Amino acid sequence: MSLFAATPQTIKDRKVENRVKWALGLVTAVLVLPVLVILTTLVIKGGPAISMDFLFSEPTNGMTEGGIFPALVGTVWLVVCALCFSVPVGVAAALYLSEYAPDNWITRALNLAIINLAGVPSIVHALFGVGAFVIFADFGTSILAASLTLAVMTLPLIIVSTRESLQAVPMAFREACWNMGATRWQTIRRVVLPNSVSGILTGVILEVSRTAGETAPIMFTGAAFFLPFLPQTVWDQTMAMSLHLFVISTQVPDVPDELPYGVALVLIGMVLCMNALSIGFRTWLRGRRKW
Amino acid sequence: MASPAPTQANDARDLAWFQDKLAQFLIFIGGISGIVLIISIFVFVSREGIGFLGTLDVGEFFTSPAWRPTSENPTYGALALMAGTASVTGLAMLVSIPLSLGAAIYIGEFAKGKTREVLKILTEMLAAIPSVVWGFIGLSLMNEFIIDTFNVPVGLNVLNAGIILGLMAAPIMTTIAEDALKAVPDEYRAAAEAMGATRWQVIWKVVVPAAKNGLVAAVLLGVGRGFGETMAVLMASGHSINLPSSPFDSVRALTATIAAELGETAVGSDHYQALFFLGIFLFVVTFLINLTADLVVRGIREQ
Repeated sequence: MSLFAATPQTIKDRKVENRVKWALGLVTAVLVLPVLVILTTLVIKGGPAISMDFLFSEPTNGMTEGGIFPALVGTVWLVVCALCFSVPVGVAAALYLSEYAPDNWITRALNLAIINLAGVPSIVHALFGVGAFVIFADFGTSILAASLTLAVMTLPLIIVSTRESLQAVPMAFREACWNMGATRWQTIRRVVLPNSVSGILTGVILEVSRTAGETAPIMFTGAAFFLPFLPQTVWDQTMAMSLHLFVISTQVPDVPDELPYGVALVLIGMVLCMNALSIGFRTWLRGRRKW
Repeated sequence: MASPAPTQANDARDLAWFQDKLAQFLIFIGGISGIVLIISIFVFVSREGIGFLGTLDVGEFFTSPAWRPTSENPTYGALALMAGTASVTGLAMLVSIPLSLGAAIYIGEFAKGKTREVLKILTEMLAAIPSVVWGFIGLSLMNEFIIDTFNVPVGLNVLNAGIILGLMAAPIMTTIAEDALKAVPDEYRAAAEAMGATRWQVIWKVVVPAAKNGLVAAVLLGVGRGFGETMAVLMASGHSINLPSSPFDSVRALTATIAAELGETAVGSDHYQALFFLGIFLFVVTFLINLTADLVVRGIREQ
């Protein structure tokens, strides 16, 4: 027997390895299979419901017929207003953590706060929104209160993703700039931000996709079951896609089967398009990065 | 005339200096917002719920399953709600722990190239599905599936919500677990392979033990996620007050109770305050879970 021939033990080990590899592959397949099943079912059952008329008309006849236009517009309102608050604050917080923060107890407390903020259940955010924005700040149930609640909820995500893209800019870039006599802010404005803006955008798009699908935080802060007209200002209530799906699938009797499937399909389509955009952006970015 | 004092001549406080200070100030304000928010969440939820301490019977809250806030003699026993949350989260973990850890090992250590990319994108898509859509899946697809497969009259129960919640928690757990595996230095793998170990032996005897803390943290965060999930549980669990004795019993979760009842209560009433009190309870428990996960992760860095 030659020196390098496989011993019985090695052969056994390899067999075990092969089996484990197959088993784990199977487990992974079981994990990702539901995505395909869910998407196919939604397309098959909800596809027939979707038409231009469905997208651009109001729900009628006690929400058992008609379209979803007010809900679509409402979701856009909520997402845009939430972004107006969460992007500036989130980017500022990330800049502070990445560019300014000394390693002291405040920074450690801040990191802990962000981790915990990310884990607070969405319904607790809803309660916070009711207590802080609807009642204390007296915004009433309005787009403003709902989008502020959404913004607070998605803030940690935006802080973490922005901080990561800021830290991907090499330290040498900053040092070179400081050595030319630039201030910290000039360095951030002219060197750090331009080099990380696409990474920050990736995080923002991901946040949009998350915000659009949230239901619990807007239920009691500004989203209405049914409003036949479009919101005019941030003080109005509005319908929203996510709440609309909840309402017609649980609260309204005699809804034809394809209607909730159609709403779910549009909602998941919006979310996945945003997600695909974010993934595409990230891949493109990875190929382009020069350092 | 005397020339200006040298200190003044060297004073660099030009426009750029002021801009720098202003930016630093604004960024610091944004920076501490995280702490301010986490404190204000606690403050505002407590402000509305703290009045309940006057009416609260602690013994009843933790030991009685009777949650009857709208009856003439309202009782606020949260035991059944806690049991509902615990049973659903427990079953969800039975589903998601093997799935997510297995998938993390496969994606991180075995899969290569295209397969790996596709699997990662599919997991991200799974994570992107909104919770209300999951709830709808529970209500429609899973409901039918459970009725047909197990021959039971109602498919909205612990089993349904547990599977839905397990699938919801699994992608995030997979990502964190995969990061933990990736953080194990390649030298460890190379050293073990040089000793003649197979890939599986390397993973099982070297990589997994080295990444243990990160894997535990992944599981803890998954528990936190399941515990706090609202819409999907509300729609898939059947939402009836029960101390479950089998996976086919309908239950009601803490989170779902708040979501279902808050709209129907008068601001400031006992019932309203009781719901905010449940919110405080949820906040504190998730805070503790996240804190533990953070401490466990920090354990690795100190080694």
